Amino acid sequence: MPLFILNIFLAAVLMVLTGSGSISVFFLGFALGYVILWVTSPLYPQTRYFKKLPKVLSLVLYFLKELLVSNLRVLWEVITPRHISRPGIIGVPLSARTDLEIFMVANLLSLTPGTLSVDLSEDRKILFVHVMFLEDAQAAKAGIKNGLEKRVLEVMQP
Amino acid sequence: MIEYISGLLVIIGSFFCLVASVGLIRLPDVLTRMHAATKAGSLGAGLLVTAHALLYPQLGISLRAVTIVALLLFTAPVAAHLIGRTAYRSGEALSDRTWIDELKGQNNALDDHPPSD
Repeated sequence: MPLFILNIFLAAVLMVLTGSGSISVFFLGFALGYVILWVTSPLYPQTRYFKKLPKVLSLVLYFLKELLVSNLRVLWEVITPRHISRPGIIGVPLSARTDLEIFMVANLLSLTPGTLSVDLSEDRKILFVHVMFLEDAQAAKAGIKNGLEKRVLEVMQP
Repeated sequence: MIEYISGLLVIIGSFFCLVASVGLIRLPDVLTRMHAATKAGSLGAGLLVTAHALLYPQLGISLRAVTIVALLLFTAPVAAHLIGRTAYRSGEALSDRTWIDELKGQNNALDDHPPSD
């Protein structure tokens, strides 16, 4: 994805020009560079960059939201005297096929609190996930498939 | 202004680190403890590092902050997965609140992969 590298380069140019090393200038430069590349997008007919980046952003935002919400639930479980968790291990059928896709799904699942990927079935079709606050196994499976996995696959697959 | 924001981030981050370590003691079994250790821990450390990057807007510190957060986010789930999987396969008891276990009887026996040498 050379446009992505070009975009980072444009952000670096802005950082050098302003002489500032802060991360916010980098993000500003990245956004500016994205607009510049988008305006000149007829020059790059083959690229999928402009379809991909919003999906990456949506994955990141979804992930951050999940991270915060479920961290608060784990926090509540830890600091209140009564245990409210109903843990369980469910097998989620995977649509991800390649090593990298499975790696991304399993790792992002582990990073979101409340879910922890424990094991992968021998034929690499089922990911066993330990869920800390499990109310309805089917609903939890559907939630993982339609929430995180769908977004990861949208990013990873062409 | 920026001082107050990063001060707030430091307080929240260290609170999450504290909760992670309390959770390690209070939660009932290995798998739930891994939840507390990796999630709250990585969020807490991430917030602490972000606070520093906000307070000192220099290139070296920003780059280091990004590297630290990236390494945390890559290594924590892998370690949690390995510890959890090892604990499960070696027959560590789950807490009695666990009400469903679809992994049971799948491929969790220790002699599943006999050593090749």
